[in-house]
Amino acid sequence: MFYDQEVADMEWLTEFPSLTRGELRGFRKSVDESFRSFTQEYGESLESFFDPLLNFLIWSEKVLLAAPWPVVILAIAALAFLGSHSWKIVFGVVASLLAIGYMGMWDDTMRTLSIITVCTIVAIAIGIPLGILMARSNRLQALITPILDIMQTMPSFVYLIPVVMLLGIGKVPGMIAVIIYALPPIVRLTNLGIRQVDAEVVEAANAFGCTAWQKLTNVQMPLALPSIFAGVNQTIMMALSMVVIASMIGVTGLGQPVLKAITNQYFSLGLLNGLAIVAIAIIFDRVSQRYGLRIQKHRQGGHHV
Amino acid sequence: MSETKIEIKGLTKVFGKNPKGMMKHVDAGISKEDLLEHHGHVLGLHDINMELHTRKIEVVMGLSGSGKSTLIRHINRLIEPTAGSISVDGEEVLKMNDAQLRRFRQEKTAMVFQKFALLPHRTIIDNVSFGLKVQGKEKGFIHDQAMHWLERVGLKGVEKHYPSQLSGGMQQRVGLARALSCDADILMMDEAFSALDPLIRSDMQDLLLELQEELHKTIVFITHDLDEALKIGDRIAILNGGRLVQHGSAQEILLNPADDYVERFVADVNRTRVLLAKSIMVDDKPEDQAQSVTVNEDETVDNVLHALLSEDGSYVIVEDDKGRKVGYIDKETLAETVFQAEQKSAA
Ligand SMILES: Nc1ncnc2c1ncn2[C@@H]1O[C@H](COP(=O)(O)OP(=O)(O)O)[C@@H](O)[C@H]1O
Ligand SMILES: [Mg+2]
Repeated sequence: MFYDQEVADMEWLTEFPSLTRGELRGFRKSVDESFRSFTQEYGESLESFFDPLLNFLIWSEKVLLAAPWPVVILAIAALAFLGSHSWKIVFGVVASLLAIGYMGMWDDTMRTLSIITVCTIVAIAIGIPLGILMARSNRLQALITPILDIMQTMPSFVYLIPVVMLLGIGKVPGMIAVIIYALPPIVRLTNLGIRQVDAEVVEAANAFGCTAWQKLTNVQMPLALPSIFAGVNQTIMMALSMVVIASMIGVTGLGQPVLKAITNQYFSLGLLNGLAIVAIAIIFDRVSQRYGLRIQKHRQGGHHV
Repeated sequence: MSETKIEIKGLTKVFGKNPKGMMKHVDAGISKEDLLEHHGHVLGLHDINMELHTRKIEVVMGLSGSGKSTLIRHINRLIEPTAGSISVDGEEVLKMNDAQLRRFRQEKTAMVFQKFALLPHRTIIDNVSFGLKVQGKEKGFIHDQAMHWLERVGLKGVEKHYPSQLSGGMQQRVGLARALSCDADILMMDEAFSALDPLIRSDMQDLLLELQEELHKTIVFITHDLDEALKIGDRIAILNGGRLVQHGSAQEILLNPADDYVERFVADVNRTRVLLAKSIMVDDKPEDQAQSVTVNEDETVDNVLHALLSEDGSYVIVEDDKGRKVGYIDKETLAETVFQAEQKSAA
């Protein structure tokens, strides 16, 4: 009797004191409903807000798909050469693009290329200014860093939910999910790069009477460039990895066949398209890394006069 | 008499979370160690009062951590003081707004840094042009100025190179050219030669003295090296633990060290090479002496001794630059000075 009483008293330790099922349902319902009503109210205007983004994507897809494939390959090879100055890399680029086309994945690859390009450009356009602001204020850094941490640890599928609720399924929500997912590295590394600029050089800029803008453009950005470049590189890689997931909500490209392969267990289809994504990733990575190395060659010391 | 270019009054700097709140302890005379231990704040500078003379090389000396860098950075307000004031040509630096402060930094002051602080991604000529570009000067003018100053510091021919391609000594010449090209009255040098090898360092000191002979800038030169201070300084200020312990000519400091700290600081100096004829001469002509030797008042004791011995004189007549007699030194005084100098360096 006495003993039973004690066990009953201890129940709150073994059973987690959670909300009851009814309370929980109410809580979720109220959150979902307020979000839904927000969507109903602002969804339309949000959609039109993102129209320029959609047009940009459609335009770049059209350009890549409409242009004759040899021209596209030549253009990409030329870009790769400009970036890397390495014939080895250019050769790799051409060979993998030819293989992709030969295996019938040309159109999907072009779609993926264009969405990666658009998303990366947008992520950079948002991320670099944000990183600069963060580098200028410790307060802002303290505020944004945990948000970036959450963004990077959150499972990527979870991103899709609010985006889909707000904007439905389609290219725009897909792109937004990709951009959000790809944003953290560029913000982080811009901030870090600027903060790591040699304090004495920044001091020199101040001592010579620079305005904040002169200091940013003449000293901070150029010296932070290697770090910013590493950020761009990572952002591209993040965008690529998100493309497959975003294909669940209507992003076209190489992700869709992969998704189809998963649901239908088409092993070779998944493998080929997966390899095509890997090829694009390697191209972007090598070219941007080489470019990053090239722009900082003056730092390496070298021969004394 | 020299005019004052920079006047520093009651300057105190406390580093930490609540510097103003520490002022009551600081005013009560708390030591740097106690302020750190009991209140978690660093006393960078305490109640500095000094006047820096126009067109002179004013050396600020002290051990590492004594506040030299903190002091020099107050002159162009790279650091905001906790208390006190700084005025340059009678203008209060602390009263300037952002735009005025930028103009002041662009036109009145120029700085040379210990680790050169050049822009690694810009060519040498672009580095030298930096100050003028910030000022928004016209392109052709900037180029001419930059080329002129590069040549003056002995760097003709490397304008297309990048800083990393030059040796340390050459990089600091670039730093000097960059500062000089701004045409500012005040040149601030924070341990500018400390990172260089001894021989190169000596070259740079000579270069600075040679340029100063012609430019007559007000130079605030920081060093922790006494030999450097004695070689280039018109006047020397000695800091200890954020306090100014003495400020005067090398002569004054060697002859009358303000405290034990200064005395220890100057103990190793070979005085006969620093003391000048004018600081040991007397007004009265020695009696019964026939053979005299004439020297300039700015000759070192070392040289006076040398002259006396080589010409076999019995006393010295000291004259100024215009050839007027200004005093005398007899053999006994000279011997006494040399003897004391030997003893001090031996101690
Ligand atoms: N930003 C800062 N924050 C805290 N303490 C500082 C800071 N800057 C300098 N100090 C302290 O102030 C004192 C003087 O430093 P500094 O002027 O750099 O000395 P010096 O140039 O003579 O070596 C030192 O004790 C140093 O640790
Ligand atoms: Mg220092």
